[in-house]
Amino acid sequence: MNNNWSWDIFFDAFPKVLEGLGITLGLTIACYLFALIFGFIWTFVKRIPITPIRWVLLWIMEFIRSTPPLVQLFFLYYAWPIVPYIGVTLDPFTSAVLGLGIHYSTYIGEVYRSGIDSVDRGQWEAARALNFSTGQKWTKVILPQAIPPTIPMLGNYLIIMFKEVPLASTVGVSGILFMADEFGSQHWKYLEPITIVAILFLVLSYPSAILISKLEKKMNRRFNKKATSKQIQENKGAVS
Amino acid sequence: MTEPIVMYKDVHKSFGDVKVLRGVDLDIKPAEKVAVIGPSGSGKTTIIRMLMTLEEPTSGDIIVDGKNLWHMEKGGKLVPANEKHLREVRGDIGMVFQHFNLFPHMTILENCMTAPVNVQKENKTSAKERSIEMLEKVGLGDKLDNYPSQLSGGQKQRVAMARALVMRPKIMLFDEVTSALDPELVGEVLEVIRDIAKEGEMAMVLVTHEMEFARDVADRIVFLDNGVIAEQGPPAEVLENSTNERLQSFLHRFRR
Repeated sequence: MNNNWSWDIFFDAFPKVLEGLGITLGLTIACYLFALIFGFIWTFVKRIPITPIRWVLLWIMEFIRSTPPLVQLFFLYYAWPIVPYIGVTLDPFTSAVLGLGIHYSTYIGEVYRSGIDSVDRGQWEAARALNFSTGQKWTKVILPQAIPPTIPMLGNYLIIMFKEVPLASTVGVSGILFMADEFGSQHWKYLEPITIVAILFLVLSYPSAILISKLEKKMNRRFNKKATSKQIQENKGAVS
Repeated sequence: MTEPIVMYKDVHKSFGDVKVLRGVDLDIKPAEKVAVIGPSGSGKTTIIRMLMTLEEPTSGDIIVDGKNLWHMEKGGKLVPANEKHLREVRGDIGMVFQHFNLFPHMTILENCMTAPVNVQKENKTSAKERSIEMLEKVGLGDKLDNYPSQLSGGQKQRVAMARALVMRPKIMLFDEVTSALDPELVGEVLEVIRDIAKEGEMAMVLVTHEMEFARDVADRIVFLDNGVIAEQGPPAEVLENSTNERLQSFLHRFRR
């Protein structure tokens, strides 16, 4: 076995690994959307007025968070089908979307909640004093202030999720890691294909991270539009 | 004798074990200006917060323009009000807060326009016109497109007043509106309130620590102490001729 780096093998493996990129990106987006939508459920769990339901949901949330996503994935794919009565056989892609999506939805829900909590109590009171309906209160006052500060956090979770998606190769989702592994086992060459996988992740997640930090700065600027002392001085002068 | 526009009937309020209000009876006539004074913790802010439906009374009734605010009739019985009932009854009430509570994501003009357009379903053109008019009245006609964070505290508070006034309330509540301001900005805010008061038709309830201002603006001063109304009457009487010891010592602390 030749242990040296070979560019020939690198270029052989590259197109093969690249074939999995569509699946990897598709799975990332599917998991993320699932988590974004499902996250809403957890957001309001603590507001549920019926104590037993709230208690059960909180316990489920804690359980999901405290077990590794890989274990959840294995459970959904290998164990769920043999659970009596409610067991269903899932294809690899679906079980990955459910497994990772549900796991991350508990974190995303927490992000939403922190956004809502960050809105000052006075804003709720002002909305009430101006006699907004419950719907208007959320759409005109609370959400426009709660969502923007969470965008950078949500972006970070997208990147984190992108890096977690290779877990799905363990249940046979043919993403880039799966393809690299397959190439490796066929040619008995792992160095080059796995390196390619690493490079692809770096190339994709690093620029996204930069993009998100830019976004974060932009959000901060928008929400800390503190008046400079000069402005206030000018404004005081203009008082009639 | 005109019917009161607001009536408090034996209103109690506790927060947990703490009894903040212990039986308040208070009638406010239309267009009457009432200043509520008293030591901190005496429950004066709670009185107007209950009227704005930000706080629910523990017991007692508040009648607004003949309608029971916190209770509604259902099958011949009085039951606790639901959100719909509260919305109906509090429609004529406006409030200005100690900490302004402007909407930071909206410009000054949008802050004023949003409630008339969304809540009162006024058309945009006329809501905009009236909002601009109101903002000019409070001296901020040149700041329409600024965001609240670009204004000084006094300016923010004047916007908050314009925002409430644009709704044409019959009752306006002022919750220590100058307490969060730098001393040099207090004057401009009080000036605007004086102007509003002069125009007359609205009932006003002012929770305040500004005694001189209360004397100028109010028709009646209510002194709240220990959760009850300990003294009330025309400003000159209450501030100068009262024999109530608690009031005397309260005022004494202010004069020093």
